[in-house]
Amino acid sequence: MDRAATAEKIAELIEPFNKKGITVTEATTFAGDLEWDSLTVMDFVAAIEDDFDIIISMNQQAEIETYGQLIDAVTKLQG
Amino acid sequence: MTDLFSKFDPLIEQRRALLAGGVEDPFNLVMERVISPTVAVCNGRETILLGTYNYMGMTFDPDVIASGKQALDDFGSGTTGSRVLNGTYAGHRACEEALKEFYGMDHAMVFSTGYQANLGIISTIAGKGDYIILDIDSHASIWDGCKMGDAEVVPFKHNDIEAMEKRLKRVPEGAGKLVVLEGVYSMLGDIAPLKEMIRIAKENGAMVLVDEAHSMGFIGPNGRGVAEDQGCLEDVDFVIGTFSKSVGTVGGFCVSNHPKFEIMRLVCRPYVFTASLPPSVVHTAATSIRKLMHAGNKRAHLWENSKTLHKGLRDKGFQLGTSEAQSAIIAVIMPDLERGAAMWEALLHEGLYVNLARPPATPAGMTLLRCSLCAEHSADQVQTIIGMFERAGKAVGII
Repeated sequence: MDRAATAEKIAELIEPFNKKGITVTEATTFAGDLEWDSLTVMDFVAAIEDDFDIIISMNQQAEIETYGQLIDAVTKLQG
Repeated sequence: MTDLFSKFDPLIEQRRALLAGGVEDPFNLVMERVISPTVAVCNGRETILLGTYNYMGMTFDPDVIASGKQALDDFGSGTTGSRVLNGTYAGHRACEEALKEFYGMDHAMVFSTGYQANLGIISTIAGKGDYIILDIDSHASIWDGCKMGDAEVVPFKHNDIEAMEKRLKRVPEGAGKLVVLEGVYSMLGDIAPLKEMIRIAKENGAMVLVDEAHSMGFIGPNGRGVAEDQGCLEDVDFVIGTFSKSVGTVGGFCVSNHPKFEIMRLVCRPYVFTASLPPSVVHTAATSIRKLMHAGNKRAHLWENSKTLHKGLRDKGFQLGTSEAQSAIIAVIMPDLERGAAMWEALLHEGLYVNLARPPATPAGMTLLRCSLCAEHSADQVQTIIGMFERAGKAVGII
C-alpha cells in the first residue's frame, strides 16, 4: 500500500478514537493535540497493527509523535 | 536554569488538593508497632491489616524468626559484597536449594529484591533484535526490565489470548521471542489463562517467563503458583518470584530448567552489581520456603477467607475487580480518587488498613482499594472487616 492509500486507511481507523472531533493534520500530535492517554494509544496502535498486520513496537512508538510520522512509519513497516 | 522538578508539578498539585481537604495522607502511613501478621498499631490505633502481601502469615512464624536470629549471631548483620565476589554465604545457597525443591526445578538464582529479578532476567535474556511480547498490565519491574534491555517491546491487551497470538505471529522470522506473563495481576487480583497462552507461545517458538509473585505459597496444590494450578508449570522457562510476599521477608528469585541457566550469574548486571541479601534474610527465607511446601491447611483457610470477603463485599453492594475470588487480592473499585481517599480514611478510622491504588499503577485509570488477605486472618476478623466496609461505605456514600 502506498503512502496515500495508507493515509486514507489510517484516517478511517482514527475516527472512533478522535472523540473530541479534532481536525487531524500531518502535524497533529497524539499526546498534545489529541490528548490521548496511554490506554487510548494502546487501543489505537492495536487497531492499526491488526488492520495492516504489522508490529509497531514500543521502541518504534517512542519515535512517533505526529500523525504524519505515523503514516510514514506504517507505510515503511508494510515493507 | 530549568528546574528539573517542574515535570512533577501536576502531581504535587494533585497531592496538595487532596490533602487540603483534610484527608489523612494515604501514602505516608507509619506502622508504629506490629502485633501479628494481621494486626498493627497505626497512628495510635490498633488496626487490622488487609493491605499487606503477607499472604501466608510467615512474618511471625517462630521457626522463621529463630533461624534469622541464629544467622545474625553466626554470620553477622550483612555481607557487604556482591553474590559473585564475597557475598555468597551458606544461607544464599540454602535458599537456592530450598527454591529448587519447592519448584522441582534444576536452577535457582536469588536476587536482592523481586524488582531486581525481573529487571535483571528480562533485560539480560532479551537483547538487540529479540522481541518481548508482554501483557499491557505487567508490573513496573517487568516494564523497567524491558526498558533496560535492547529488545523490541510489543504489548498486548490484558489477558487477550488472540491479541497475544497475532503479535507473536507477526514477529520477523528468526528473531528470538520472549513472552512475559504474570500468574496473578496484583491490581485487580485476576489470574491469567496461562495454559492456553503458554501453549500458543510455545507453538510460535517463544520462551516463556511467568511472574508468580502474588501466587507463590498460596495458589496451586504445592503453592507453586498459577502455572502449577493450571498444569503447565513444566512449559514455563523462567519463573520469577519474591520473598517479600508469602515468604515474609525481602528478596527475589528466578527458577528455571534451562541447561545454561547458571551463566546468568556472570552476565546479569542487577545480580552482579549490588550487595547480596543479609544472612538473617536468606536464613528466614529458606526456613519459610521449606515450611510453605507443607502448608496445605493454611492455603485452604486463605481460600476460604478470600471467598468469604469477596461474597461479603459484593453482597453489600461494592463493585469488585473480579466476578469471583481468583486470588488473595480483592480489589474494590472506587468511583474516583477523592472518594477513594475518603473511603480509605474512613476505613482507617474504623481500624482497618487497605491499600489505596491509583493511576499509573492501576489499569484504565481506576482508583482501587486493594484488600489482600492473610492465612492468619480468622473467620471472625473477616466478618469484622465486612462490617467495617459497610459502615465506611455508607458514611462516604459509595454504597
